[in-house]
Amino acid sequence: MLENIRLSFQGIWSHKMRSFLTMLGIIIGIAAIIAIVSTIKGTNEQIKQNLVGSGNNTVEVRLYQNDYQYQPEYEGVPSTVPLVSEETMEDIRQVENVESASLYLSREHADNIFYNNTSLLGGGKVFGIDGDYFSTCGYVIKSGRGFTDKDYSQFRKVAIIDQTTADSLLSGASPIGKTLEIQGEPFTIVGLCEKSNAFRPVINSIDDYYNFMTDSSGTIFLPDAAWPIIYNYDEPQSLVIRASSTDDMTSAGRQCADILNSHITSGEIKYKASDLLEQAKQLQELSSATNQQLIWIASISLLVGGIGVMNIMLVSVTERTKEIGLKKAIGAKKSRILGQFLTEAAALTSLGGIIGIVAGIVLAKVISRISSTPSAISVPAILFSVIFSMVIGIIFGLLPSVKAANLNPIDALRHE
Amino acid sequence: MILQLEHIYKDYLQGKMTVPVLKDVSLSVDAGEYLAIMGPSGSGKTTLMNIIGCLDRPTSGSYHLNGHDVLGYRENELSDVRLKHIGFVFQSFHLLPKQTALDNVALPLIYAGVSKKERRERAAQALERVGLGDRVGFKPNQLSGGQQQRVAIARAIVNHPSILLADEPTGALDSQSGVQVMELFQSLNDEGMTVIMITHDGEIASYARRKAIIRDGVLSDDAPYAKKYERKGETP
Repeated sequence: MLENIRLSFQGIWSHKMRSFLTMLGIIIGIAAIIAIVSTIKGTNEQIKQNLVGSGNNTVEVRLYQNDYQYQPEYEGVPSTVPLVSEETMEDIRQVENVESASLYLSREHADNIFYNNTSLLGGGKVFGIDGDYFSTCGYVIKSGRGFTDKDYSQFRKVAIIDQTTADSLLSGASPIGKTLEIQGEPFTIVGLCEKSNAFRPVINSIDDYYNFMTDSSGTIFLPDAAWPIIYNYDEPQSLVIRASSTDDMTSAGRQCADILNSHITSGEIKYKASDLLEQAKQLQELSSATNQQLIWIASISLLVGGIGVMNIMLVSVTERTKEIGLKKAIGAKKSRILGQFLTEAAALTSLGGIIGIVAGIVLAKVISRISSTPSAISVPAILFSVIFSMVIGIIFGLLPSVKAANLNPIDALRHE
Repeated sequence: MILQLEHIYKDYLQGKMTVPVLKDVSLSVDAGEYLAIMGPSGSGKTTLMNIIGCLDRPTSGSYHLNGHDVLGYRENELSDVRLKHIGFVFQSFHLLPKQTALDNVALPLIYAGVSKKERRERAAQALERVGLGDRVGFKPNQLSGGQQQRVAIARAIVNHPSILLADEPTGALDSQSGVQVMELFQSLNDEGMTVIMITHDGEIASYARRKAIIRDGVLSDDAPYAKKYERKGETP
């Protein structure tokens, strides 16, 4: 076998030009497929990163009524959902792959936020948070201070705002010590915060913009103890957890939602974890679907390449009729001859496949450089290409090899 | 008895006509004999050689080689018989042009499943035996015709066959190289190798100890007189 492989490559090398031209179809086909797969994979990874965020791994567990997010500002405080007790939180922290967990209250579109006579443009988000929220979600205090125990125990009306809020309300002035008005109540700004990993989604198209850039409004954080001052008492909380890895997000979120739901007695209002991975998958499928068709088109080139290999192998068999006749005369079995020619065809296409992979990787890099789309090398695709090109060699080498193996040694020896 | 052909008939189909090539050929050869089969072209001698070499099957008759009834064998089994029992030498050498003398000689050993190291050793020995020990790394186009034929002979004997089957071994050689090849056959026969040679050249045939003549598909064997000497305890 090794001997056959060695001889095959010797044969390929001794007909460099012919072998290269024969391999060209395979090279182009494999290169196209590798380039397409790399682009798909790059796009998918980008979608996933944009949606899931890089390395943050937080999962929101919120209340849903049927399929719609439950909004207490419109629908009031539900009677079926109890407040989350400290024991329940302990259970949640025990869940596998949950690194930290925090409860919060929120208004997604809060109006009535003023600084002097300026209102927050387009409304903002207001969060009532516990002491673990910033560490769980990866916020850091840029200037001023965070919330202290006394802020909670004394129900102080203090607020921490993000840069977007500061820019639109205070137009550049230092926010610390200034007073905001929320729902008519004064809140003193004690700190300015930002996300610790300044994650920005990669935006290549208008679709990406709609998918990933929806939250551009400012955010204001309050201690959850102060929440009932401006909103309702006993509003149901939402949960945010940080999973230990991106792949654990789905399962950890689901388990936490189950724990929370076990305390809900009845009704349609249930906790549900927002599964960003699932969303990412849907978007990925959408973007892959079109490219999948390109792979089929590229496969046609592999078919053409395979036929080229068959053609050259038939020529090779005719050229070497004498050699085949001699080998059979001195005792080579049919299977030997068959194996020799199949190995040759497979070696030819495998080599073409390997060259095609290299060309495909280069092509993917060039495409991603020119059109600024991302690309990522897929190891399974590379392995698949090598095996697939080998299989092409075997399939299209079969006819010539069988022809060689079935040659009658007497006629073959007499062949001129 | 190493080889026994009995009542061999061989017909070829030419268009709609059946052309008989061999007519009731019987031939038996003992181990260690040196036989020349002579005949003009078209006499059927190549067909006879192909049958002896298990490359072709007769239309009817029986053939035993080393006690094996080879006509009952399947194709793969015949390959094995050719590999183990027969060494072929052809008029036009049939060496693989891109491989060295050593690799050419070692070729049958690959099919016999011999390890690479042993292949090289045995091939080198066989080349030494035919007097080309210093030409192992040469490719066929770097060798003269006589040398190429001797490489082919080394390839034929490398697997220690019971019969050396040569088809016009000197047909493509000048007379001096031809003589060298004949001397080589002589000495191989002296060592006990059975040699069967097909030729139309009477001078070449005279190197053999026994001659058979084939004419129009009929074999006339002069073996009986050789056997007569044996019976009398004399050497011919």
